[in-house]
Amino acid sequence: MATTEIVLGRDRPGLLSRLAGWWGPRPFIQLAVFVAVVALFWLLGANVADTMRRIGVTPGFGFLERSANFEIGESVIAFKAGDLYVWAILAGLINTVKVAVFGCVLATILGVALGVAGLSGNLLLATLVRWYVELIRNTPLLLQLFFWIALAKSFPPPRQALSAFDALFLSNRGVFVPGIIVDGFSSRTVLLLVAIALSYGLYLYTAYRRRRLRSGNGLAATFVLLAAAGAAFPATGATLSLDMPVLGGFNIRGGYSLTPEFAALLAGLTVKFSAAIAEIVRAGIQSVSRGQWEAARALGLHPGQIMRLVVLPQALRVITPLITSSYLDLTKDSSLAVAIGYPDLVSIINTTANTTGQSFEALAILIGIYLVLNLSVSALMNVYNRRVALRGDVSR
Amino acid sequence: MSLVNIASLPLMRRSFDWKPLWNGLFGTRLNTALTVLTLAFLAWLLPPLAHWLVLDATWTGTAQDCAAASGACWAFVTAKLRFILFAFYPQDLQWRPTAALLLLLGLLGVTALPRFWRRELLIAWLLVVGLCWVLLTGTLTGSPVPSNQWGGLPVTLLVWSVCFGLSVPLAVLLALARRSKMGGLRTLAVLFIELMRGTPMVAILYVAMLILPMAIPGGQFVDKTVRAIIMITLFWSAYVAEVVRGGLQTIPHGQEEAAKALGFGYWRTMQLIVLPQALRQVIPGMVNLAIGFLLATSLLAVIGIFDLLNAARASTTDPKWLGFYDEAYLVAGVIYFLFCFGGSRYSRWLEARLRAGQRS
Repeated sequence: MATTEIVLGRDRPGLLSRLAGWWGPRPFIQLAVFVAVVALFWLLGANVADTMRRIGVTPGFGFLERSANFEIGESVIAFKAGDLYVWAILAGLINTVKVAVFGCVLATILGVALGVAGLSGNLLLATLVRWYVELIRNTPLLLQLFFWIALAKSFPPPRQALSAFDALFLSNRGVFVPGIIVDGFSSRTVLLLVAIALSYGLYLYTAYRRRRLRSGNGLAATFVLLAAAGAAFPATGATLSLDMPVLGGFNIRGGYSLTPEFAALLAGLTVKFSAAIAEIVRAGIQSVSRGQWEAARALGLHPGQIMRLVVLPQALRVITPLITSSYLDLTKDSSLAVAIGYPDLVSIINTTANTTGQSFEALAILIGIYLVLNLSVSALMNVYNRRVALRGDVSR
Repeated sequence: MSLVNIASLPLMRRSFDWKPLWNGLFGTRLNTALTVLTLAFLAWLLPPLAHWLVLDATWTGTAQDCAAASGACWAFVTAKLRFILFAFYPQDLQWRPTAALLLLLGLLGVTALPRFWRRELLIAWLLVVGLCWVLLTGTLTGSPVPSNQWGGLPVTLLVWSVCFGLSVPLAVLLALARRSKMGGLRTLAVLFIELMRGTPMVAILYVAMLILPMAIPGGQFVDKTVRAIIMITLFWSAYVAEVVRGGLQTIPHGQEEAAKALGFGYWRTMQLIVLPQALRQVIPGMVNLAIGFLLATSLLAVIGIFDLLNAARASTTDPKWLGFYDEAYLVAGVIYFLFCFGGSRYSRWLEARLRAGQRS
């Protein structure tokens, strides 16, 4: 029987045929679809521009350099009414990043704790975690945010603030937590800290390249890092002190204060995504087959070692991509801030669109920022996945 | 053949096995400590909760009675339940949203049973959704009600089912385009899907609110709910497309080649061979997605549509019943929970059933 040889790939060399090969069959129909899509968007864009001109707005991004006549409730960079729109949008972006970063960290801590508690083997605790997860997962985030903001606003005034261990105060003016004050901070301190951080990174990297990185020496290096960083402050004349919030007069002074909106958003995002992360951790650890546990036990490893050396490295393959997409979801869902009055990116963009009439450009900026954020994290994730994927995995 | 006395089987006689339960609670020292700690936590949490929910709650009366008591105000719920379910729909025409709600719930129940999965069901959905729309607008019965007076659960369910239903066919096309050999179509599909998945839904709703009226000729006359439905459909179709693509990837390539060898064209191969298998694979995934979408419809509140959540929030601003947030959100939360928890249980049951069907 004669075998026909299947030739894969291009019949002719050259860029053009490579392009033709990528473009694939039915080139002209595809071209027609492409043209139709472009024409549709052009038409819609022309309509938008027409409408804007009719209501007396010039299309374009020139409005960014005009001054914005609104205040922002809270902002990391100094912003006051009259500053440029571009600074307002930047302040919103920083607020979004702030709540997203804190949310990711807290949700991970709570989620991992819950996931481990669910797997602890204790029936009562596992049932409780199960119900927590079901309750949080099956109600909308916005509803939870409404609940948190109502709660944050219903706290007593500062004089009767609820407090825990005299360190955490809950009042209707906000949530007060201990802060860290650095005095006498100089460029020498910064340089020393940067040098310490760099040598820490360099040590970890070389150890990793030489395949000598174990949790033992990694942990030791981290301790050295912390000790060196702690010593760097007095060595350069800087002092670190804990600033506890104290009740004085009619308000609470000192510490670090979170506005009710920020506290509510942070609580909502943390709780909602802790449930998701707890499920991911559970699924990841359960994805390691029982045989692995049994084999490790047969080799004489104790439970801590089994977890660290056998189970976690395999579970992380499942956990990491899922948890990353949770982080992305958290960042996207932080946009619900607009509904409870926290001035995040979406909220500022909305105000910008309403005050300038340039809703098209404002939303384009918004969508552009979120896209860049998402696509860059996805790209990083793909690189990571390629590194940790099983060698010779059939699925790839 | 020997007769077996069923009652004599050891399995039937054995009483409840306490051992796993005992081990699960007090098996090891760690477990005992955890149990004690959890019990302490429950002892701290449950009594105040029970007091608020039941013992100190006000069941009947006015807002003044509620303010006097320290517990929950269930009188508020009895007074405002109609509002939470139907929002600003005229009270004398309340039978219309009630009928729409019952129709949708009934059809949802029928759809949940695999034995009714056939072509007529699709037609039934088209009819029922159309009928609900007509009922709510009231064009046939006279006294039309504009959509800014619609609200509550019927709106949540209607928007959800219309958007999900419309997004599925769109998603199938997108998924096919993303796996196609045609580079141009593939690029378009990837661009669309990544654009939608990288954008928060709130931004999409703002596009529906602010851009769509400018982009479509006469767009400012298009109803707000309809605009939201258009954008949400496009948005969800990207998510559904990724799930469908997952299903398409599970179908071995040999299936397509075999179909080609039999002389089937692309569309017939997809329609008769690949898609029926692929879609069957992703039904549980679709149910999970649909649950997430139901929760996501609550975002309609951001653009001022009175869905269930927004109606619950608005109910707390009634001057006669001011500020009973907890009770209102609890009622809305319970409704969402019933739908979504039920849905996730159903999805699990369905998955087991479909897997069993595949094995035989």
